[in-house]
Amino acid sequence: MDPLDFSLDVPLREFALDVELTVGREVVALVGPSGAGKTTLLRAIAGLQIARGRISVDGDDWLDSARSIDLPAEERSVGLVFQEYALFPHLTVRKNVEFGRKGGAALLERFGLAALADAKPRELSGGERQRVALARALAPDPAVLLLDEPLAALDAHTRGEVRAELQLLLREADRPTLVVTHDFEDAATLATRVGVLVQGRLRQLGSPAELVASPADPFVATLTGANVLRGHARAILTGLTELELPTGELIRSTDPAEGDAVAIVYPWEVTLSRTPPDDSAQNHIAGVVASLVPVGNRVRVRVGPLTAEITADSSERLGLEVGGSAVASFKATATKLLRQGP
Amino acid sequence: MKHAFTVTAVAAATLALAFLVVPVLALFLRIPPGDLIHALGTSAAQDALIVSIKTSAIAHAAVLLIGTPAAYAIGRGRFRGRALLLSLIELPLVLPPAVAGIALLVTFGRLGLLGGTLNALGIDIGFTQAAVILAVAFVESPLYLRAAIASFEGVDGTLLDAARTLRARPFRVFARVALPLAAGGLGAASALALARGLGEFGATLLFAGSLQGVTQTLPLAVYAQFELNLDTALAIGAEFVFFGAALLLALKLIPGWTRSISLWTFRSASSPST
Repeated sequence: MDPLDFSLDVPLREFALDVELTVGREVVALVGPSGAGKTTLLRAIAGLQIARGRISVDGDDWLDSARSIDLPAEERSVGLVFQEYALFPHLTVRKNVEFGRKGGAALLERFGLAALADAKPRELSGGERQRVALARALAPDPAVLLLDEPLAALDAHTRGEVRAELQLLLREADRPTLVVTHDFEDAATLATRVGVLVQGRLRQLGSPAELVASPADPFVATLTGANVLRGHARAILTGLTELELPTGELIRSTDPAEGDAVAIVYPWEVTLSRTPPDDSAQNHIAGVVASLVPVGNRVRVRVGPLTAEITADSSERLGLEVGGSAVASFKATATKLLRQGP
Repeated sequence: MKHAFTVTAVAAATLALAFLVVPVLALFLRIPPGDLIHALGTSAAQDALIVSIKTSAIAHAAVLLIGTPAAYAIGRGRFRGRALLLSLIELPLVLPPAVAGIALLVTFGRLGLLGGTLNALGIDIGFTQAAVILAVAFVESPLYLRAAIASFEGVDGTLLDAARTLRARPFRVFARVALPLAAGGLGAASALALARGLGEFGATLLFAGSLQGVTQTLPLAVYAQFELNLDTALAIGAEFVFFGAALLLALKLIPGWTRSISLWTFRSASSPST
């Protein structure tokens, strides 16, 4: 008997949402571009969106089209954290949290909201609003927790902090939790399993590490932050595969492939130097530094068709600057090849 | 040197303002204030005030009680023929009140559509206070409904969804979320509809007549006293000025009231009554 088990079919304007998934006592994140049907999926589970299929939670049927079972939203034991939080603007924090069930003092305490109990939602910061929304959703002790883009409404510099906080709160909530987000990093931080949702269908489902290690297709690879280089592959004598890029550059990989293919390289597998190095790496692409974006103690450097992620320290030592030249190097063993996909 | 156009525009504004304000002031200037207050003590004025308060209160309560849930259902509902329904609600707004009076007469009057049925039940509505209440409700309810529907439409649907996921049954969603969030608009709609109902003249005259102490409301009394005793007519007119001023003040002072409803809705809607 699985905590949350569903198979849903919702016709949308341009495609149908068709997803089957089982969520145990864990956090599963669905990642996908906007318009992939993520919000629709959560609304269908919550009973706010007409859907066909089957939803069962701890053996209770919420939806079973074959047997004409379709519980209204108010009878489904679900906590939904809306994208912009949807806090009741006319009620205080306490009244918001107690809307679903009286006696939220302990929850207010646990979510660090006791001091804000009498404040109205408009007086709160983004992170505080999110905690109120989560506390409110958890107050009636729902069997399932759903979160719609919980970090999208936050600005960049509070986001990291709130994400870590949310990760902790979701772990404490300890119930089947489904998070949808467009950001792979958010998904990887919050969830134990990540599904990639594109055009209403689940492309791949696995742990964040699995998705990074073996993305099912170029789209998943792009989503996880990889460099995706398209080209034409053929086997060469050394037992390696050589991919010819449209620019004429050649990339070698240990993966077999033939014909149109894409090479996948993660930014942290790419090293940079000023001159072509004499090392074991098979692949060297020289180019102009197009951008340098600091991310914490690292710098993401765009060189030709590649993004490399190196330490701020190394960037400084090499004296990299936009417009200057650099050579990006990566090993054939770190270069995955996939068949050309959409 | 000022531009000629600026001078002309300021002159136009002065003229417009004077045109609107002077007649209202004239109500008070024709006779001394003491006589005005004295005129309010006449039986015609007192009877009309009581009839107006009683009928307006009952009609307005009925309009709020039935109109509010109706507006919620229409405002939040998505169904076929919704646009047509909205137009039907607005139709009485563009009818002259005299036409509304005749329409009520041929519906509820003794020889009307429902007259036979009502007569068999021993109910005779024509020219009673019940007729005044129906007439007032008939002319004020489209105004209230239209504005109330707009107020409920303005409520963020996600908040209603959030309430549902928090186990709120339909009545609780309505009472705890939709109603408080629409309250500003509903308050303004209610105030404007009340004013429209109190000022109702044509429909009441045709459907309920003008019997002092029974169906003669304040506007009907103004008309009746106009020929008998101008002082009383003026005094009732002054009464309306105070009521109107109080209403405008309330609309300004109570926050949120003017946000969703503009006075212009009321002005343009009530113009056929003049």
